[in-house]
Amino acid sequence: MITEQRSKYLSDSVQSIQPSGIRRFFDLASSMENVISLGVGEPDFVTPWNVIEASYHSLEQGYTAYTANAGLLELRKEISRYMRRRFGVTYSAENEMVVTVGASQAIDIALRAVVNPGEEVIVVEPSFVSYAPTVTLAGGVPVQVQTYSENDFKLQPEHIEEAVTEKTKAILLCSPNNPTGTVLSKTDLQKIAEVVEKHDLLVISDEIYAELTYDEPYTSFPSVGKMKERTILISGFSKAFAMTGWRLGFACGPKDVLQAMLKIHQYTMMCAPTMAQHAALDALVNGQKDVIRMKESYRQRRSLVTHALEEMGLSCHTPGGAFYVFPSIKNTGLSSEEFAEQLLMKEQVAVVPGSVFGESGEGHIRCSYATSIAKLEEAMKRIKRFIENRETA
Amino acid sequence: MDSKERELLQLIEKNGRLENSTIARLMGISEDETEQMIEKLEKEKVILGYSAIINWTKGTDEGAVTAMIDVKVTPKRGVGFDKVAERIYRFPEVKAVYLMSGVYDLSVSIEGKNMAEVGRFVSEKLSTIDSVISTTTHFILKKYKHDGLVFSENEEDKRIVVSP
Repeated sequence: MITEQRSKYLSDSVQSIQPSGIRRFFDLASSMENVISLGVGEPDFVTPWNVIEASYHSLEQGYTAYTANAGLLELRKEISRYMRRRFGVTYSAENEMVVTVGASQAIDIALRAVVNPGEEVIVVEPSFVSYAPTVTLAGGVPVQVQTYSENDFKLQPEHIEEAVTEKTKAILLCSPNNPTGTVLSKTDLQKIAEVVEKHDLLVISDEIYAELTYDEPYTSFPSVGKMKERTILISGFSKAFAMTGWRLGFACGPKDVLQAMLKIHQYTMMCAPTMAQHAALDALVNGQKDVIRMKESYRQRRSLVTHALEEMGLSCHTPGGAFYVFPSIKNTGLSSEEFAEQLLMKEQVAVVPGSVFGESGEGHIRCSYATSIAKLEEAMKRIKRFIENRETA
Repeated sequence: MDSKERELLQLIEKNGRLENSTIARLMGISEDETEQMIEKLEKEKVILGYSAIINWTKGTDEGAVTAMIDVKVTPKRGVGFDKVAERIYRFPEVKAVYLMSGVYDLSVSIEGKNMAEVGRFVSEKLSTIDSVISTTTHFILKKYKHDGLVFSENEEDKRIVVSP
């Protein structure tokens, strides 16, 4: 058979990973008309104009060549200032930082820099679909630790303890979390830090949504106790500055780890796109007011959507960050995939089934509220109708 | 004005047709509170009225002509510019009047059916007012953006429909 013949040329690691479950929904939703999508994992704002304009300007000035492997020094210095000002963590622009092609690449090179074949990395689920496959591709073994709605999807330190073996190298944290929107408080992080310290683990902390928290001031993991020396902090411009398509992220961490990551980066990527780096520089210098404006608008829409979902009997904890709600659909008796598929077919509303984000995501759906107020209200009307029609059927 | 009032004003400034129930949910307050807040702001004349922003050039041929007129005036003792400004803004053709810093004093925005109508108003009504020294009329050729709204149709959602 052709597929068999073909597969003999493919690596074991790539064959061991599955295509993302989101893919099927994308194909299905793309083929339909009049769809209101709550399935989009990115801001509904266009990048602030001053940022776009700064990138134009850099192109006009002829900045079209490679930059330093780690990224423009000017940008790294600005990132360093920004991280200190906003999150109280200090990193040297010279040797504790690398500018990457999105936070995704930062996670990839972080894992490749620290994982030996067969070593385990704890992945907290439900989580962003890339984590576990990226661990596998780095030669590691992802070990899933589940979080549950009864704890508002907060990671419980004792569940880390249970998952730790002598092969455990690192733990991948994400707060605020995609898809649950859960934010870990300072106290939560301190408890996790104790376990991390006890078992001598590394932490890869994906803080891409850090700017988008609505209820209490954000605590960055490396700012907790002595965690800085064992944390690789991942962040970027996609979410807070509405710059997803620019593909620009960064990683900060201990010098030896960052220099190892930089080695991979310089051989496999050379540098992040120059025009995007110039845009990002402007975003950090002039963009904070835009971040505040967008965040305010997300906060309002979070309130709109959580109220509407509660009213139709889909219980959901109020997510502290990001732009997702993750309501339970268990009382409909449907699996999350059935729910999402039927909702799409009957009412043309696209949501993402929680199961694609991991085992404990089953029974939930991810709804992004980064969509216009008018569309959100219409989508809520349609979901309500969908549920009522099922009850009376 | 407290922060909740400011938030409400910012919401309805962007969309005056938001339902009270929507405003209440967006702000996380009750509908009654929303209604009371709006009533209070209306009473205090913080909210002066509600209007729509219309692209008159679309689907109609009664396209109005708008002119911005720079007016130099002699201020009157005791009342300064206010009295002459009032004489001007009372005309229904006048859509806006601002006191300006710089080389002229009042900026007057006028709407008419056509250029001739606006021209008549300027020569017969505006420039004949005692305190008016001179006028310079600029006609608007095309509106790109008005009150924060872009008059373009390329503003739709460009994101892919489902993404992680």
